[in-house]
Amino acid sequence: MNKLIAWVDRRFPLTPFIKHELTDYPTPRNLSYWWGFGFLAGFVLVIQIVTGIFLAMHYKPDSNLAFDSVQHIMREVNYGWLIRYLHSTGASAFFAVIYTHMARTLYYGSYRRPRELLWWTGQGLLLLMMATAFMGYLLPWGQMSYWGATVITNLFKATPVYGEQIVTWLRGGFAVDDPTLTRFFSLHYLFPFLIFAAVVIHLVALHTVRSSNPSGINLADKDNIPFHPYFTIKDLFGLGIFMIVYLLIVFFKPDLFIDAANNIPANPMQTPADIVPEWYFLPFYAILRSVPDLAGGVVAMAISVLIFAAMPYLDRSRVTGGARYRPIYRAMFYIFVIDIFVLGYVGAHPPAGTLKMVGEVCTAIYFLTFLLLPFVSRWEERFVLARGLPPAVEAMARKEIAEAEGNV
Amino acid sequence: MSEENTIKDGADLSRREFLGTVTAGVAAAGVAAACVPFVSSMNPSSDVLAKATTEIDLSGIAPGEEKTFPWQGKPVFVVHRTPEEIAAMAASKGGKDPEPDAKRVQKPEWLVVIGICTHLGCVPNKTESGWLCPCHGSVYDNSGRIISGPAPRNLDLPPYHFVAENKILIGKA
Repeated sequence: MNKLIAWVDRRFPLTPFIKHELTDYPTPRNLSYWWGFGFLAGFVLVIQIVTGIFLAMHYKPDSNLAFDSVQHIMREVNYGWLIRYLHSTGASAFFAVIYTHMARTLYYGSYRRPRELLWWTGQGLLLLMMATAFMGYLLPWGQMSYWGATVITNLFKATPVYGEQIVTWLRGGFAVDDPTLTRFFSLHYLFPFLIFAAVVIHLVALHTVRSSNPSGINLADKDNIPFHPYFTIKDLFGLGIFMIVYLLIVFFKPDLFIDAANNIPANPMQTPADIVPEWYFLPFYAILRSVPDLAGGVVAMAISVLIFAAMPYLDRSRVTGGARYRPIYRAMFYIFVIDIFVLGYVGAHPPAGTLKMVGEVCTAIYFLTFLLLPFVSRWEERFVLARGLPPAVEAMARKEIAEAEGNV
Repeated sequence: MSEENTIKDGADLSRREFLGTVTAGVAAAGVAAACVPFVSSMNPSSDVLAKATTEIDLSGIAPGEEKTFPWQGKPVFVVHRTPEEIAAMAASKGGKDPEPDAKRVQKPEWLVVIGICTHLGCVPNKTESGWLCPCHGSVYDNSGRIISGPAPRNLDLPPYHFVAENKILIGKA
């Protein structure tokens, strides 16, 4: 075995790679379980790719066969029900994990300099993931699949001048139909591999800037410990907890995230009474509906997803450690999280009366959080510096401020 | 009690090694178990297995006539043999894979064989005296026995039984 490794090492940097990225890779020793969600996301990606490949062996991307082929998977393929539920629950699990991963980044300010590119590659991953999930949702060819795809492709109508042509081009027809299904299937199979490649880029960026940590200060060398075995074990423990929850849903409540209406084959002649997107799109969907104008709603929804990329510039505070030492930012964080949950609730129900108004208020709060941040963060910086901070945090903040002012 | 001391203590090291091995073993077993559904999903699904048996009505096949039926996606030749053919086959022992005709049929007038050449899997064509495989020229007689050509064996017999005077069920002996 050693001889074989030596043979490989002379031709390929296997041992140095493992040393550099795992056994010697310095990781802050104070990382909490919140830092394990990136690993979980990678794990769910692998689950989705593997189950997806096996589903594709039995699925038929043809508008006449698609719905029945999913039933075939559920009833006749050996363990087909299991593989499909792993995949459908996996999509929800993926978003739950990624949203938690993003919330951790926002709470602890992990998007701050020098981790902007790490944050932006993550943003790109989120967009790819949303596109993949959206296209995958059409494949069962149920009523929700069909009308979800119809509504979302129609959003592109908001494009000036060429709206109609773009929608027709996206669908390959004048309505969502067989050509739409086959291209969605093709791309739904392709995108996960793009995601995989983007994850590699995300990791290269991570290993360049290294993990942030809950204290916010740059740790001394002695406060870093090797990733392996300390964090492989910690991540695996987190994986155990995750798998318990995930598999409980897969085995005992597998239709939790599957809308009942999607068990009715797609019917282009009739829209279901209540059409709702998957839970992970609900807050954005609520924002879309809260703007009483097609183009305005689409733009608001697009911005609501993309605006996260601006965080490194919107947050102008130089106090490190994220929300931990920043009471106002912390309050804003929690208001924002609650706001998203309320938006999710609004998105899941028909827009009428009070709920419509709640949606509009929450949409305003959503954007105000981002718009106020540049001013609030600077004011808060002066406030917490005057009030006093732990010495190490204060030293880092003062150093950053001095650097910034020196550059001006 | 410092940590170095416990690590130097041989008993603790072997305990650690043991726990490591057991953990890795359980993990490997878990991964192997997780593979089972995926491997299994590639086996024939229950609708494919449902095609395991095929019922054939023989009443429409005239003496001297051959008809081909699909069974599990494979062709099955059913021949209604004439008395002359039966007599000729009973007299012959076949070619390189000798087998008496009586062992290859349940009722002498009905020959039921799998229509796949035992050489490389082509479907032989019916001739006056049996079958000729178009791929590599294997010749079979009216008992499905190999007479000449590269095929190593006689045509295989499917499991079947008579469910009625004029009805057979292929797939179950």
